[in-house]
Amino acid sequence: MHSIVVRIAPGVRWSSWLKPVVFVLALTPFVYLLHALFTGALGPNPIESLTDQTGTLAIRLLLISLSLTPLRWLLKDTWPIRLRRMLGLFAFFYAVLHVSIYLFLDQQLDLAAIWEDLSERPYIVAGTLAFLILVPLAATSTRKMVRRLGRRWSILHRGVYLAGAAAVVHYVWLAKGDLLEPLVYLALLLGLFTMRFMRLLRQT
Amino acid sequence: MRDWMKMAGIRSSEITDQRLFRQRRQLIQASLAAGVASVLTHQAAAQAASLPGPIARSAFSTDEQLTSRETATTYNNFYELGTDKGDPVRYANRLKTEPWSVVIDGECSKPGTYTLEDVLKPHAIEERIYRMRCVEAWSMVIPWNGFSLAQLLKRFEPTSRAKYVAFETVVQDDLPGIRRNVLQWPYREGLRMDEAMHPLTLVTIGMYGEVLPNQNGAPLRLVVPWKYGYKSIKSIVRISFVEEQPPTSWNMSAPQEYGFYSNVNPGRRHPRWSQAKERRLSGDTSALAALFASKIDTLFMNGYADEVAGLYDGMDLQKFH
Repeated sequence: MHSIVVRIAPGVRWSSWLKPVVFVLALTPFVYLLHALFTGALGPNPIESLTDQTGTLAIRLLLISLSLTPLRWLLKDTWPIRLRRMLGLFAFFYAVLHVSIYLFLDQQLDLAAIWEDLSERPYIVAGTLAFLILVPLAATSTRKMVRRLGRRWSILHRGVYLAGAAAVVHYVWLAKGDLLEPLVYLALLLGLFTMRFMRLLRQT
Repeated sequence: MRDWMKMAGIRSSEITDQRLFRQRRQLIQASLAAGVASVLTHQAAAQAASLPGPIARSAFSTDEQLTSRETATTYNNFYELGTDKGDPVRYANRLKTEPWSVVIDGECSKPGTYTLEDVLKPHAIEERIYRMRCVEAWSMVIPWNGFSLAQLLKRFEPTSRAKYVAFETVVQDDLPGIRRNVLQWPYREGLRMDEAMHPLTLVTIGMYGEVLPNQNGAPLRLVVPWKYGYKSIKSIVRISFVEEQPPTSWNMSAPQEYGFYSNVNPGRRHPRWSQAKERRLSGDTSALAALFASKIDTLFMNGYADEVAGLYDGMDLQKFH
């Protein structure tokens, strides 16, 4: 299968620019948040603002990385797959920020309060589950681990569907009043699952 | 001598003699209400219009550190203007507060449609520094300007059948938040008669000595300091005396989460988040310092238990939350 070849500069294929450009795009919100933090643009409740924004970014990137495989089918081209690991790791990066802000800044490591959250609030359980699934996926994302684990790697990394579902459920469950954004993510997630399921049916 | 006078270096000799001050104050108070009404009607759209002073500080005031005006007027929940905390100030000018009138109806002897001026005229404005506790577990300390709701309600002579008071917020086509039914519009709130008549319950027309900004519920709102913030209904256009407990917006939206009473109660957990602690938003620290600030314990009845706990004697506050 061939990539689409567009000449940007002599001898440079556009697809070689793809990864660095997407890398910068995915990092931009982080730079923006840091800048907003130092300029006071996060408003009077920066902990709430940072928690919300890093959480939303993690979910968006997770959904984007989940959409790359279906995108390959649609485009009949492989370039989306080359972004998959990087965007998955960016989703994990924002998830780490999100969880760290919750543990260290919001709860200030108050173990009793964290335990109360875990034991009484299903949305915290869903979010924790999503994060815990992402940890081994991030840890086994290197080429070396892909080779070493072989078939088991693909099975392990199917966990990303579960992480995506848990993360979106986490968001739907915690929202107060305005459910529009979490429900849009839920609809996208269900759409992506449906595409994969249909393909599975056709193949068997 | 007030603290601010000391800080400003004002000597006692510069301060007006008490007797003279009182005479002047009587004069001023007579014209004050009329003045307030005219300031409200003519300058409501302008930002930071001062209320005519002097405004006496009520003994109900707390001496805790005030939240900055900037914070209290830019971080708001006013869903008719949008659900983001920054939406209310962003779309504040979509709310038209002029002309403004309030419908009074139900179980009372003097129902009718009253202009804002009619509503405010007889009342002297006080300053009340109250804690404001949002159900989302953040809080502020705000100097409100207003008068006890009881004084207003008595003028309409509620009958013995009036057991509750229901309030409605304005609905205007230009309000960006009403295009989506995040809540059922109009926004509705209600109080039991004894809660409405409690001296802490404030009809509010200003904050920080200035006319209430639109995003904070201009031109007329309630402040009920021992209840979660959403009970303090904004931009009121209707007050109804009713026999039965009236429907209230957040209760209609999620009854298991938001009760009719909605008294601040750290012992009664919201099903989805803890109410034991709150984040006090002062707004005078840098964002970086705010990142490392600790939460504070939430007080039963938001710290107003001495004044209001008697209203709920014998009631199961877990059930009637």
